[in-house]
Amino acid sequence: MDFSLYPLYFTLRNWHLTPLMADFDVHSNEIHQLGSETIANPRLAEAYRSSALRLFTHRLNAIGEVPGFERLRDLGREVKRHTIENLDYYLAQFADSVERNGGKVHWASTGSEVCRIVVDIVQESAAREVVKAKTMVGEEVELNRALEAAKIRAVETDLGEFIIQLAGERPAHIVAPAIHKTREQVSDLFAEHVDPQRTLVPEELTALARQALRKMFQTAGVGVSGANFAVAETGTVVTVENEGNIRLCTTVPRVHIALVGIEKLIPRLSDLGIFLRLLGRSGTGQKLTTYTSLLTGPRREREDGPQEMHVVMVDNGRTHSLTDPKMREMLYCIRCGACLNTCPVYRKIGGHAYGWVYSGPIGALVTPEFVGIGQARELPFASSLCGACREVCPVKINIPDLLLHLRSNAQEQAPKPSESLLPERLTFRMWAWVMSRPWAYALGSRFARWGQVVLARQGWIRKIPAYPASQWTRERDFPALAPQTFHERWKKL
Amino acid sequence: MAKPRVALFITCLADQFFPQVGECVVKILRRLDVEVTFNPAQTCCGQPAFNTGYRDEARTVARRVLDLYDNADYVVAPSGSCSSMVRVFYPELFEHEPELLHKAQDLQKRFFEFSEFLVKVLKVEDVGARFSHRVTYHDSCHLLRELGVAEAPRQLLRKVQGLDLVEMGDYKLCCGFGGTFSVKFPEVSVPMGQDKIRTATDTGAEYLVAADGGCLMHLAGLIHRQGLPLKTMHLAELLATQEGR
Repeated sequence: MDFSLYPLYFTLRNWHLTPLMADFDVHSNEIHQLGSETIANPRLAEAYRSSALRLFTHRLNAIGEVPGFERLRDLGREVKRHTIENLDYYLAQFADSVERNGGKVHWASTGSEVCRIVVDIVQESAAREVVKAKTMVGEEVELNRALEAAKIRAVETDLGEFIIQLAGERPAHIVAPAIHKTREQVSDLFAEHVDPQRTLVPEELTALARQALRKMFQTAGVGVSGANFAVAETGTVVTVENEGNIRLCTTVPRVHIALVGIEKLIPRLSDLGIFLRLLGRSGTGQKLTTYTSLLTGPRREREDGPQEMHVVMVDNGRTHSLTDPKMREMLYCIRCGACLNTCPVYRKIGGHAYGWVYSGPIGALVTPEFVGIGQARELPFASSLCGACREVCPVKINIPDLLLHLRSNAQEQAPKPSESLLPERLTFRMWAWVMSRPWAYALGSRFARWGQVVLARQGWIRKIPAYPASQWTRERDFPALAPQTFHERWKKL
Repeated sequence: MAKPRVALFITCLADQFFPQVGECVVKILRRLDVEVTFNPAQTCCGQPAFNTGYRDEARTVARRVLDLYDNADYVVAPSGSCSSMVRVFYPELFEHEPELLHKAQDLQKRFFEFSEFLVKVLKVEDVGARFSHRVTYHDSCHLLRELGVAEAPRQLLRKVQGLDLVEMGDYKLCCGFGGTFSVKFPEVSVPMGQDKIRTATDTGAEYLVAADGGCLMHLAGLIHRQGLPLKTMHLAELLATQEGR
């Protein structure tokens, strides 16, 4: 079969589909409300602050040990850039390789297609239970909900995912989904759902989860995983983890399904070394995670492993970014979470404030791109553009620059309903008009000085009634305009 | 060598709120035997519109700047933010207009932030300032990460007589100003600023010094509202101070 046409097929279909996609449960435009709730909750705020800071520090220590880490980042970026620029070629090569190994490749352009493919495979295998390894694509397409609707029991086996599944929540962090949960909260959840004998000892809690999950691994007919990397040359799906649950999910059940975002490809097995070194250190500050699994086809004779291996290639908005030469860079992301840990905004408002499954700086790019700018138009603005994210990104994605690009898209395609009498765009048009005319600027300066007389007291203004300055003076004083501008004072210098 | 001709680019914030910052820049540059000019036709660099996603409006304003400084050897701005707008984002803004792009690239080579200009171009670290106080330096994000200038301001501060320079823990962390972010996300901007003020206060510093009016306006506004003792100052103002003379 000739797979080389599939990427084109993706592009053509999604070109029209993306703006219409409505099957996402997105709350990203509620970020102000959701973020304020985190900030107002001292326990939650502290959990985010301290956990993010801990991961941030681990990363710093880990990269300090590697000579030439900068060079490694450049290499990683270059490999990703090359792959994304030639994605059609590598997708076809990967699909061929998977089939050659005896695996089966499925192509899904939307989330609901992913769900339908997985449900079909599970039903065909007559399985009633599915064990799931942590997969962000699975979160993205809401696979658990689809499985549930098909009366298939799905259990998350990553400890963090297990916790948030019990809590009925979405991941609060890309690599640490339960980053926001305290030991007490986990204890409460386990007492309710796993074992009524309450304990607060972390080791005992882990043991409880392990016991419950071991049984599931033995009985489940299907294991679903994501992929950290997909090697085009060999058709290998690579997963990294610390708990061993992914290895169990992908090897014990009779059927293994891997959900692979099409941007996960790397060309050769020899490229993997670059990314394993980057990912562990950037994500959790580990040289390598405890387990690295390279899954190449179903089991062969005299081997252990699944009898069937299915690889679902997922678009779900990715080719939309691929069509934009600027936003394409976002697809280099290897989902390490380093940008979340370093981000002062994420540390304050936490993961759930971003209103979908991806959070932090990368979430502010991914979400509007995948679900459409209208449903997430506030996210690109949820950044002080400080650039700390770019500084830690293992593949040097210029996140602030892409955020700026999305801001422009947001203003063009999904302007926000005005919060004042004067729409923002009109305000900036008038501003540009004034700023282009020195005489108007000088006149405006003069008028403003007359106008502020009623507001200013001893060089400060305590309250400005008009939006958006009113937002400033909610908790900050505003400096009064100087009696004379520099323009006026220059004449005497 | 002939005196270098330096055009001062006054930021719109400094023009309106802190004109003394511009005066201090002029004073220091003249002390260093530089010919300083100012083009009164200048207004703003266009950054507020650019950062808010209004690229056409930003282009309208930025286009003018490209024509203002043909006669200057260098253009100097007392702001890392405006400097990065011109140096980093102008080429992006005009990427599809070859003629303007060419002008932007020419200006890019001659445009410097004030502390960077003193240290890298004039090769001066000691500007003859005296200021007997404990001071902490706040890196504004654009100066630090867009222009990569971290050392120049510190080199200048270390040469100030009597000055005790102390570093904040987590000194690279953003103060939360972020341009229009400060009014679009006040619920996040304010606590970020409070964190910064706390870290600065923990150093025992009397003054927080920075090279950007935006950060200073935000932090000073918080400090004033809460009646805190920490004082803020623009780097140029500090460097122009000659206490006891």
